[in-house]
Amino acid sequence: MRGSLIIKMPDNNNKIGNGDYLDFEEKVAELDRQIEELRRLSSIKGIGYFAEIRRLQREQVTELKRVYSNLTAWQTVQVARHPKRPLLPDYLDLMVKDFRELHGDRCFGDDRAIITGFGQIGREKVLIVGQNKGKNTKEKIACNFGCPNPEGYRKALSKMKFAEKYGIPVVTLVDTPGAHPGIGAEQRGQAQAIAVNLMEMSRLRVPVICVCIGEGGSGGALGIGVADKLAMLEFAYYSVISPEGCAAILWRDGSQAPDAAEALKLTSGDLYKLELVDAVISEPLGGAHRNVRDTVYNVEKYIVKTLRDLKRTKIDNLLESRYRKLRLIGKCSVTSDSAKSKPGKAKIKSTIKAVPTKSRRIPAKV
Amino acid sequence: MAKETKSKWNGFSLKPRKEMPEGLWMRCPACEHMLYRSAVEENLNVCPECNHHFRIEAATRIKYLADEGSFQEVLGDLTAEDKLGFKFRDTTYKQRLKAEEKKSGAKEAMRIGKAFIKGRGVVLGVMEPNFLMGSMGAVVGEKFCVAVDKAIEETLPLVVVCCSGGARMHEGVVSLGQMAKTSATLAKFDEAGGLYISVLTDPTTGGVTASFAMLGDCLIAEPGALIGFAGPRTIAETIKVELPEGFQTAEFLLERGFLDMIVHRKDLRSEIARLIDYCGR
Ligand SMILES: [Zn+2]
Repeated sequence: MRGSLIIKMPDNNNKIGNGDYLDFEEKVAELDRQIEELRRLSSIKGIGYFAEIRRLQREQVTELKRVYSNLTAWQTVQVARHPKRPLLPDYLDLMVKDFRELHGDRCFGDDRAIITGFGQIGREKVLIVGQNKGKNTKEKIACNFGCPNPEGYRKALSKMKFAEKYGIPVVTLVDTPGAHPGIGAEQRGQAQAIAVNLMEMSRLRVPVICVCIGEGGSGGALGIGVADKLAMLEFAYYSVISPEGCAAILWRDGSQAPDAAEALKLTSGDLYKLELVDAVISEPLGGAHRNVRDTVYNVEKYIVKTLRDLKRTKIDNLLESRYRKLRLIGKCSVTSDSAKSKPGKAKIKSTIKAVPTKSRRIPAKV
Repeated sequence: MAKETKSKWNGFSLKPRKEMPEGLWMRCPACEHMLYRSAVEENLNVCPECNHHFRIEAATRIKYLADEGSFQEVLGDLTAEDKLGFKFRDTTYKQRLKAEEKKSGAKEAMRIGKAFIKGRGVVLGVMEPNFLMGSMGAVVGEKFCVAVDKAIEETLPLVVVCCSGGARMHEGVVSLGQMAKTSATLAKFDEAGGLYISVLTDPTTGGVTASFAMLGDCLIAEPGALIGFAGPRTIAETIKVELPEGFQTAEFLLERGFLDMIVHRKDLRSEIARLIDYCGR
C-alpha cells in the first residue's frame, strides 16, 4: 500500500457524512443532498438521472473551488481541525513502508501523542517523528488529543540521536493543538524538554524535514519542528498561540477568535509570504479530508524530492545553512549600532538569498 | 504563548501589578506588611519582613548586578517591526509599542551589553518586565543572539536575567521562531565552550522558559519566582483541578531537579562571580 502504487481512486474516498460539513459549505452540502436524492429516485423508479447528476457534480466542483480558494484564516483553522482530516496513522499506512515503531523515553514513559519509528519513504530509510491526535474517543484519550507531555519530546530526541548515529534522515510530521498544559507536564519539565529539543535539533547531523499536516500549535509543534526544510499542507495552520487563546488575551473575549486568526497570519499562504515556511503542499479539491490518498501522496512526493536534494548537500554545509536560516527569522532592521557590530550581515543576507532554498509548490493531483 | 495569568497567590500574577504605588508607604503583596518604601529600596526591592522579591525593571537590575557604571549597552536603539500588520480592538501593534515605550521608558523587552560583575567581564542580558510583559519578539531574539556572538568573540561568560510572559503574540510565528533561533545560537555557544548562566526571575514563562531560559549551563532562580511553561490559570482552566500550593515556584522547580540553585537577590553578584571563577575563564 505505497503512495506511488496507488491507483486513482474516486474523488470522495473519505466519506463526508452529514455532520462533516463546515459551516461555510452549506451549498456543497445542499448539492450533495440533491445528488443523493436523484440517485435514490433512480434506483426506485429505474429512471436514469445521470445527466442531471453530472450537472450537479460539476456545479459542486465549481462551488468547492470557489470556497476553498478564498478561505479566511478562521475557516482554514476549521479545515485544519476537521474531524475527518488525515492524521499521522494515515500517513504511516499510506506513505511509510515497513514502519517499525520505537517506544519510550528511557526515563518516564511512552507518550502516545508523539510516535517515533524507522520506516521507508520512497527508497529512503528515515526516522519518522509524528504527532498523533487519535481518530476515535478511545484513541484520542490514549494520545491526549495530540498534546504531548515532556516524555514525548524526550522520546523524540532520543530516537533522533539514534538516527543521527547511523546517518538516517529525520522526517517530522507536526499536528498538535499545543504541548499539554498540566500539573505533571510542569513537574517533569515541559519547557526544559522543548528547549533542549530546539537546541539539539538545530545541530542534528542528519537532514531534517518537517511537514505541518494539520495544527501547528505553538511551542508544542516547534518542539519537533526545527528542520532544514519546513513545509505546510495548504490548509494547515501554524501559530504562536491558538486563535482562541489570543482572542481571550488581546480581545478579552474568546469568541473573537476569527479576528485573532486573521491577525496572527497563521495560514500557509501568509507564512510562505513571510518566508517562514519553505514550501506549501497543495491539498486536493475541498481539503485533505475529502481525499486522504491524494493528500498523503502529495506529502510523500514532497518528502522524497526534498530528501534527495538535502542528501546531496555535505552535512557541514547543511548544518551551516540550517543555522543561517534560523538566525534570519525576523531579521531586524539594521540600525547604525548593529551595522557596526555586524559588518558581514548584509553580505550574508544576500548570499543566502542567492542560494535557491525555496522548493516549488507541488500541484495537487485531483 | 504569552498567557495572561491570575492566581490566587499574591506575587505570581503576570499582569502588571500596582505593587509599588507612589508614596512613602507600600504594602507587601506576600505578607501584607506595611513597609517604608525607602527601606524596601535600600533592601534591593526585597521585603525586609518576608523576603518577597519585588519585580524590578531592567535598569534597576543592571544597577544591582553590574559593577557601578560598567554596563556598556549595545543595540539599545533596536526597535520592533510590525511584520504582520497586527491589529486588535482598534489598536495596532505599532501604537501599542509606542504606548509601552512611554509607560516603561524602555525601547524593548531586553537590554544587552558588556559589563563587569565583581570585576569579572561578562556579556549581560537583562529582560524588561514592564515592556509588553517582557515578551519575546524579533528584537529580543536578535539581541540575545548578538549577545551570544559577543560572548563567543571575546570569550566572555554570558549572564542573562530572564523575566518574561513568553513569546509575543503580536509577532505571530516570527516570535515563535525566536525560540528556535536563540536555542540554535546557544548550540554554537556550547560548541565554542562558552559559559552561560541563566538567572530566572519572577515571572519566567512560555516561550522564553521553553528556549534560552532553560538552556543555561547553570540555572539560578530568585526565591519565589514563578517559572513554568503554561501559565497557572491556563493549566487550571484546562484540567479543572485545584493547583497544589507552591506550584511552579522556584522552590518547586528546585525540588524537581530543574534548577541548580535559588539565590537571594543580595547574593546574586557574589554567586555569579564565584561560578565564573570555578569555570576558570
Ligand atoms: Zn513581605
